[in-house]
Amino acid sequence: MIINHPLLGPRDSEEFVYLGSTDLINRPDWESGTAAEDFHQYQYIRENVAGDNPELWYHEQGDQSWLVVTRNTLTHEIKSVELAADYARRMGRSK
Amino acid sequence: MNQINRIKGGIVDQSSELSFTFNGQSLKGYQGDTLASALLANNKHLVGRSFKYHRPRGIFTAGSEEPNAIMEIGTGAYQEPNTRATVTQLHDGLIANSQNHRGPLSFDFMAITDMFSPLLSAGFYYKTFMWPKAFWEKIYEPAIRNSAGLGRLSKQEDPDTYDKGFRYCDILIVGAGASGLSAALTAASSGAKVILADEDFLMGGRLNSETNEIDGMTGPQWAMNAVAKLNTMDNVTLMPDTTIFGAYDHGIYGAIENRANEARENNAKPRQVNWRIYSKRTILCAGATERAIAFGNNDRPGIMLASAVRTYLNRFAVATGESISVYTNNDDGWRTAKDLIDKGVNVEAVIDSRKISPVMEVPGARTFMNTNVVNTKGRRAIKSIKLSNGKTINTDTLAVSGGWNPNLHLTCHHRGVPKYNENICSFVPGESAPEGMTVAGRANGTMVLAKAIEEGHNKGIEAAKELGFDAKKSEHARTDNINYNITANWGVESGKERAWVDYQNDVTVKDIRLANLEGFKSVEHVKRYTTLGMATDQGKTANVLAIGVMSENLGKSVDDTGTTIFRPPYSPVAIGAFAGRRRAKEFYPTRYTPSHKWADEKGAVFVEVGMWYRAQWFPKQGETFWRDSVDREVRQTRASVGVCDVTTLGKIDLKGSDISEFLNRVYANAFAKVPVGKTRYGLMLREDGMAMDDGTTARLAEDHFVMTTTTANAVSVYRHLQFCHQCLWPDLDVHMISVTEQYAQYAVAGPNSRKLLQKIVDPDFDISNEALPFMGATELTVCGGTPARLFRISFSGELAYEIAVQTRYGDSLMRAIMEAGDEFDVVAYGTEALGVMRIEKGHAAGPELNGQTSAYDLGMGGMISGKKDFIGYTLGMREELQRDDRMQMVGFKPVNTGDLLQAGAHLVNIGDEPITYNDQGWISSCIYSPIMEHYIGLGFIKNGQNRKGETVRAVDLLRGNDVEVEIVSPHFVDPEGERLRV
Repeated sequence: MIINHPLLGPRDSEEFVYLGSTDLINRPDWESGTAAEDFHQYQYIRENVAGDNPELWYHEQGDQSWLVVTRNTLTHEIKSVELAADYARRMGRSK
Repeated sequence: MNQINRIKGGIVDQSSELSFTFNGQSLKGYQGDTLASALLANNKHLVGRSFKYHRPRGIFTAGSEEPNAIMEIGTGAYQEPNTRATVTQLHDGLIANSQNHRGPLSFDFMAITDMFSPLLSAGFYYKTFMWPKAFWEKIYEPAIRNSAGLGRLSKQEDPDTYDKGFRYCDILIVGAGASGLSAALTAASSGAKVILADEDFLMGGRLNSETNEIDGMTGPQWAMNAVAKLNTMDNVTLMPDTTIFGAYDHGIYGAIENRANEARENNAKPRQVNWRIYSKRTILCAGATERAIAFGNNDRPGIMLASAVRTYLNRFAVATGESISVYTNNDDGWRTAKDLIDKGVNVEAVIDSRKISPVMEVPGARTFMNTNVVNTKGRRAIKSIKLSNGKTINTDTLAVSGGWNPNLHLTCHHRGVPKYNENICSFVPGESAPEGMTVAGRANGTMVLAKAIEEGHNKGIEAAKELGFDAKKSEHARTDNINYNITANWGVESGKERAWVDYQNDVTVKDIRLANLEGFKSVEHVKRYTTLGMATDQGKTANVLAIGVMSENLGKSVDDTGTTIFRPPYSPVAIGAFAGRRRAKEFYPTRYTPSHKWADEKGAVFVEVGMWYRAQWFPKQGETFWRDSVDREVRQTRASVGVCDVTTLGKIDLKGSDISEFLNRVYANAFAKVPVGKTRYGLMLREDGMAMDDGTTARLAEDHFVMTTTTANAVSVYRHLQFCHQCLWPDLDVHMISVTEQYAQYAVAGPNSRKLLQKIVDPDFDISNEALPFMGATELTVCGGTPARLFRISFSGELAYEIAVQTRYGDSLMRAIMEAGDEFDVVAYGTEALGVMRIEKGHAAGPELNGQTSAYDLGMGGMISGKKDFIGYTLGMREELQRDDRMQMVGFKPVNTGDLLQAGAHLVNIGDEPITYNDQGWISSCIYSPIMEHYIGLGFIKNGQNRKGETVRAVDLLRGNDVEVEIVSPHFVDPEGERLRV
């Protein structure tokens, strides 16, 4: 597979390490009343998406940036690639 | 007689004779031959034995689809099994041996299995070897492995070299036959970067085997001209003898280039290159493969595909026999008869199963229309055939054509499903070829040459245009329109005679019928039950025929019967080619620490830790046993001072105004208030609450920290920290970089460590207990101005430091320390002594941080901060992880101090049977302590923290060890930590 790195251009997927769905960005609030259940969901429960899925890939053999790669799990077509930090900010993550 | 079947002509150099041996017999062939064509030139039809029944088998095809002529090539370590003679280019001195027979090829002792064939029907493994169960491992499996199977491995290291390469192009063209060459000519004329690859060492595809005239030239001449033209173009890369074996994502193709000729002359050169080709468009012009017809005893040597007979005749100038017959269900088969007659070879008969009039004149041959071959005779080679009209015809070669199957394999590699085409009685590419791939010529079901050329021509223009290139206006090549008419003929009722479908795996029509009768209706099920199409040829000549046979059995159309799809590789690829140069020591990088040379000079015994080489111990003269060295290193360190290379620890440099907040979130213990000049031990958890890694982190300035990780987790911890920063808290002011390889680091431990370091550290810097107390960290200079970092931390439990300098000073520093330490009787110690001292001190390490242990299990529950969020907090607080009856880390010592204690032993209560049900825990780390003078261990036992003083059994059933041990504190040496603070 070829991942079109937003800063470095097309790179072979061999250079990357895969983590999983971007759900991992939405780390729950530890002080919420439902924290235990929320963290359980966050840690263990995954959607098995058949189709477009935003995923976290880490450019370990490159610039060490985490990317959000939106990949069709059925065809491996990659619809978009962006820096995970930008994506995370859009999801409301900050400090 | 020499090459009795050789005639004049062909694309072989008959002035250049080559010698080779087959089963020890010396034979001759010519430059340009394959091993198969040279064998046939010498009238060697019997070349192997079949997989299951050990039936005599001959060369069946002239290409990579060959199911029978599979050989061991070469001798000694060079011997390669399962090599197809049909694609092996002949060279002088080639040594070939047939395989899968006991005794001589002409009298295989295992041929007796053929008589037991009724026992070996479809699914015989599943039926026959079910009982008794105990027989499987000792009797059935060794017997089956011994009798079935393919070639033998040399069992020596492969002396050949393999390499990998990467190529980039706009348009990849797979196959250099008529349509592939036409596509390449138009695509290349546009200026697009073109790669043209073909599995044959001679480009031209079927043109080299046929007698078609193109643009007024012979086929081979036209192909040679086209190749020559392409060769002059800078934007074209020609890759002959290169098989495109797989289509991968985003236009990536795997290719194996055979460079055996070059490698034979220079062994340092690769025998094969595994190319990864990145393309924007691909045109598949892989041609088609002929299939057989199933009839009684259709597997005898001398029965060949009609196209193969033509290839041997026209390309290799070999007439495979003296009286040849042709059996066909299509027009193309007749060309074999015509070409043979044109070259003066006697054609005995042409048998066509169709109810039509003869397709052409075949002077001298008898023609039988609406007739089938039902049986054959001849033990080691065919002698005669029996026809459905009752006639018997003597013949020494039977050329069979059941029609052509498009080579659409690559279109299936992304799960594309072929569809059946009634007109050609075969499957053509379906809708979903891999992105960017188009198909042209016979691979696309375009069976008429004139149209295949035109299609290739146009697809070349199209592909270029799609990429924004403009192909030059040109005419496609012209050739006569020769029709291809076919009527399906899958098989012939042959009574009780067996009719083969899959030659390599010995699957017959009867096997398929039985599978169907037993309820296997899906092609995929029949394939697995009968092993059809699962041999090394992947059923290239068998699959479509089998589907045809199934459709008749099930009374369904071929379309409704279904099909299997193809996976990579298109043809077998040597494992060595996938490994490339990554084998033995080159499998992964070798990492040496900066003082490796010094350690080597001192005679260190090294151990691989991750990719690093670390000194394990330093044997001294007179020491005969590793523990002699290790015990001495420990005693000397604890008595005076020792030095250990700890460069391999992961080191991460962190800068920014939010580092302490960041560390506070990634470590389980408090990090918000670490003062400048202090080091703190940190325990990192995974989000699920289990211990992930530990290490120390020092604050060198308000906004500057350096972290150490364990050697093994250096990479994964760094990755995790980057995730935490970029994905969870992107706006924290955090910058980090791995500096593992930028710093050399040494532990200096023992009561005299400070005195030693005072000799190294420049006099401006005070490292007294007051100035640099326990857990202090400072930046200073050593040896007259060399910048260094000094951390007062201890893994051994002694007064100890770790000192870090830039990598390039590592070797000098190690030598300087050892020289300065001479007066203190300094000792260098390796990883074993390091391990002994950490167990004596009760520090958890790899065996304890095994991914199943929580902070509480490790006895570090008290460190956990409840006042902050950190990775692993919420899930770590789960009740289950805090139960007392979980396995908790404690120390163990043998009740009888002379007893041997071993890691891996399981713990049971006194009086209990040592069975899983009674398991109380295990010993995770264990050493002989030269200080305690007996074995000690760390381990996990249920409710361990509350069971100190109790005696249990440590049972090691594997090594037959069973000793009583006492549960004790894990801190064996200096439990109060007084030595650290002096």
